[in-house]
Parts: sequence; structure tokens; C-alpha cells
Amino acid sequence: MASFKVIEEGAFGDYEFVAEAESLEKLFDICGLATFEAVTDVSKVEALEEMNFAISTESLEELLFLFLAELIYIKDTENIFFSRFEIKITNKFKLSCKAYGERIDNKKHTLKTDVKAVTYHKLEVVKKSDGYGAHVILDL
Amino acid sequence: MEKIKIDEYTWEIPKGSKPGMKVPARLITTKKLLDDLDEGVIEQITNVACLPGIRKYAMCMPDGHRGYGFPIGGVAAFSTRTGVISPGGIGFDINCGVRLIRTNLTESEVKPRIKELIDLLFQLVPSGVGSHGIVKLTNSEFNKLMAEGLPWCLKRNYAWNSDIDFTEQGGVIPGANPDNVSDRAKKRGLDQIGTLGSGNHYLEIQKVEFDEQCDQKAASILGIDRPGQITIMIHCGSRGFGHQIGTDYLQSFGDAMKKYGIQTNDRELACAPFESPEGKAYYSAMACAANTAFVNRQVIMHRVREGFAKIFGKSAEELGMHLVYDVAHNIAKLESYDTGQGIEEVLVHRKGATRAFGPGNKNIPEKYRSVGQPVLVGGSMQTGSYLLVGTAEAERLTFGSTLHGAGRTMSRAAAKRQVRGNQVKDEMAKQGITVRTASMAGLAEEAGFAYKDVDTVVSAVHNAGISKKVARFVPLANIKG
Repeated sequence: MASFKVIEEGAFGDYEFVAEAESLEKLFDICGLATFEAVTDVSKVEALEEMNFAISTESLEELLFLFLAELIYIKDTENIFFSRFEIKITNKFKLSCKAYGERIDNKKHTLKTDVKAVTYHKLEVVKKSDGYGAHVILDL
Repeated sequence: MEKIKIDEYTWEIPKGSKPGMKVPARLITTKKLLDDLDEGVIEQITNVACLPGIRKYAMCMPDGHRGYGFPIGGVAAFSTRTGVISPGGIGFDINCGVRLIRTNLTESEVKPRIKELIDLLFQLVPSGVGSHGIVKLTNSEFNKLMAEGLPWCLKRNYAWNSDIDFTEQGGVIPGANPDNVSDRAKKRGLDQIGTLGSGNHYLEIQKVEFDEQCDQKAASILGIDRPGQITIMIHCGSRGFGHQIGTDYLQSFGDAMKKYGIQTNDRELACAPFESPEGKAYYSAMACAANTAFVNRQVIMHRVREGFAKIFGKSAEELGMHLVYDVAHNIAKLESYDTGQGIEEVLVHRKGATRAFGPGNKNIPEKYRSVGQPVLVGGSMQTGSYLLVGTAEAERLTFGSTLHGAGRTMSRAAAKRQVRGNQVKDEMAKQGITVRTASMAGLAEEAGFAYKDVDTVVSAVHNAGISKKVARFVPLANIKG
């Protein structure tokens, strides 16, 4: 089962978490959800809008960095929170994503602290015996 | 790592403590704060000491805490000939800073109307996740804004002429070139001018008090002349615009590092030679973000002036709502110092640190030159803030730099586990502080106990001689972004 955990001993001003999942796609999915959980209560975000994007790069860490950076960029420019992802990753570090969510409505959605950037500090995607793990620090 | 005591307020981590250190690291702090300091700061500041072209010391101020790449509170100066520029030494929120506005109002005049006042300001200054600014811009006008900086505001009547004089570097970093800013960054920043943002950003109505160490004569030169005087403090930066520029260049600097054969202990310390095309491009993009942040704080101030005028039925001029000063605390600046290799031009990176020029420095507005450059220190929303002035000692010891705030002692997640937002709100109400926020969870993260004691860290720089206390501010009402 995919899960994430916020690290309380982590970066003081920011949002540091570890995630694990049985597949790479599910790992990216849970990292995307962890990102939006920092900003809002994801359970209140309905999947009413769909956005598509694709990324191609040279490493898994870079792919995760670009994936989360893209979600943050779309959040700011389209004013949207995401709550569900359909992700495909091919072995050449290529990702395509259908992201589902809802325009930000401060009457309906809980507003927490905004996520503004992904950092490279301690950024890691690792293969484990039973799946994949990631370590991420987001700038708030 | 071993820390050698240099004097009561300075500890040094020698050059050989970690492979690759080019200079020692120095911590400006007290014994007590040093004992409580988390090891993450030591690890990060010694990584900074390994970067090419660094001069004298990699330094951390007493409010320092672990960040990513550089610690928060980090100061490092690099030769412009042989050194680097590092986005991670500036922070994603380029030109995050503080602005202080004075008034001729007193606590007794403002207190009875404080709720009405803060509610109006909460409407006038958009804050929190997903907020949009009041300034409508075309793409070409946004390009002009980021190139021109604060003087751009004069055309739109968002600024008084004197506001330009009392902003660090006149509110414009020269060399800003919008061509070096991606369309993505521009798209992200376009409708955020005049917004506070979230996290630790705030707008606060405060009253002045003086303790026995405050220099009241200097205070009166800066327009702060009596206890109970009402001031307004604004803390915010360049919003999504600066963050996107940071993201874009951190990525492209990966390639630049390969090209120039630079290695760092942390990818977040990615850097490029200042004189390289990549380094110059980032500097000019950083200047665009810095200029935009000066405009952002100015537009917010304009709305604050409108709000006060409406509530008190007098113009902002009649209310004496002058800008005391505006400082940048996430930035890199071109300055000259004796680096031990003669007087040399360096690029001073301040990440959660404030410029602190001493009396007589030509970069200080003439009116203030006899007392030194104002330094604005934003504490937690629950405790208090300070006005200090810079000193000649700072120019000699810390590349003209000092602290920027109280400094966190724990993560946001840890703070939130200990307290709920409405508990903090109730506690603040008991202390006489009215708070408005779009995010109660965010308020818990900003609770006073999550920060170092602001009086202790400010006393550390005062006693170390790198700034001098002028006035303290007690919060009366706060809009938490």
C-alpha cells in the first residue's frame, strides 16, 4: 500500500516527507497527494477538472522533481487543487500524467500552507525489495 | 564538529573540519543558543564553506536554523572574479523582506477600532493560498515593472517619492533583464502583485516600546519617537514569481556545474561562476524577482494607507504614514570589502540575513546616515519585532550583515502536533493580539513557541556589536498569510 509520512524532525520552515509504494507510478501518485495534503485537505477536493502533461528527463530524482514542480506550477497558474492522478512512467524516465482536481474555492476547501517549490536537498527515489521509496523537501 | 570560541559572541569551525572547506565557518551567537543549535546548521554552513571563491568565512547569524542547501541565517561572500552565484544561497523567495511604516497615531486612538481596521485590511490585502492581486498587468507592463523596480510604482500612484529613498537600494537592483526570466515564471507572477502569500508572511499593526538598551535618540531620527506610537510591519517577498525563477535556474545550474567542473556537497547548493553566461543570466533574473518583491510590498503598503485613511477619516499624509525603511533578507548583493586580499568586489549572499551598514555609509539615506542603516527584524506573530541599526563592526566582521528574525526551533509539523490554530488564536486574544488568517492550520505552525526567543537573538547581535537596538514593537493585530 502506498503511504507517506511527514518528518517532524525535518526542515524547520518547510515540508519534508518520505513515501513508499509498490510501484513507481504509485510512488509518484502518493508524492503528488502528499504535496497537496500540505496545502489543503485533499479529501474535500473533487475530481471535476482534468489536466494532462508529460515530462522527459535523465534520472528518477529529476523526474520526481519535475513532476512535483509541474503540479505546483499548474496549481498557481490555473488555481487548481489536485486529488487524483493517473500516471504512466516508461523506462526512459518519461512520464505522462492525467491529473484530476477542482478549482480552488476557499469556502469549500481547507487552506493550509502554500507549497511553492520543490528542493533538491536530500531528494531521493530508491528501489526497495518490495517497491520504491522517496524522500522529498518542499519549500513552503 | 569542533567549535572554537573566538569571543563571547563568535564561534569558529576550523577550515579542516570537513574535506573541501576553503574557509572556516563562523557562528555569531551566544553560548546558550549555540548549545541549543541543531547540528543541521553546522552541516549546512560547512558545506557553504566549500564553495568556490568564498572569502573569509561562511557565517550564520544567531537566528539561524536548518534549511536546505544554505542554512537560514546564512551569509557568504564570493569574489566576483573567481567566485560563484548560488540560487540556494538566496532562497526561492527572492527578496523576501520586511517593510516598516510609521504613523502619528497612538495606541489609545487605534485600540478601540482595531477589529474594524484589521477586517478592512484583510479585505484590501489578499492573503493565503490561491489569492490574486489587485494590480492588472499586461505582459509588457510586467516586464517593465520587473526591470524598473520600485520607481515603477510612481507611475501608478502606488508610491510617494520618499518611499523610494527609504527602501534598500532605492527598490531597484540594477541589471534586471526580463529576457532571462522564463514565460512560466512570468505567468506565475502576473496576478500576484499586492498579495501577502502564506507561511510566515504577515501584515502586523504594532505599538512601539523601548527597553534600556534601545537608542531612543536614533529612534527619533528614524521617526519613532514615543512609546505607544503605532507602526505597521509587512513581511513578504516575490511570491510564485521568485520561486519559479529559483526552480528554473536550480535545474539549469546542474548542467552549468558539469560544464565548469564544480562539485558541491548538496545539489541544492548548485552554483555557477558569477562571471559565466549562466551566472550572469541568473543574477539578472534574480534582480527581476527582487524588483518585483519591492513593488509587491509597496502595493501592499499603498492598500494599508488606504485602509487607515478610510477608518480614521484622514489622509495617509495627515496620519504621517511614512515608510521608515524596507529591507531584503533573501538576496545577493554586489558590495566591496577588505577580504584579506585587499579591497575587493564580492557578491554577498544573504539567506535569512539582513544588510546592516554602519553610520556614514553612502548607501544609507542622508536623513539616517548619522545613525546607521535601519534593520527590521520580524519576530514570531505572537511575540514581537525590532528596529535596529547597522554598525561599522558589521561591515568589518560580517560583510555588513546581521540577523533577520527570531528563527524557528522546530518544524511546522512538530508545531502543529503540539497546538491547534484556534488555541493559538485564543491565546493571542488573551495577550491583546487580534488575528485574521485564511489558514488556522497555518496559524498553529507560526505559534510563538516554534521560534527562538526574539529578545535573546536580538540581544546577541546587539552585544556582538553587529547591530544596535533602537525600538521594540508589540503586536496588536496580525494578518497571517
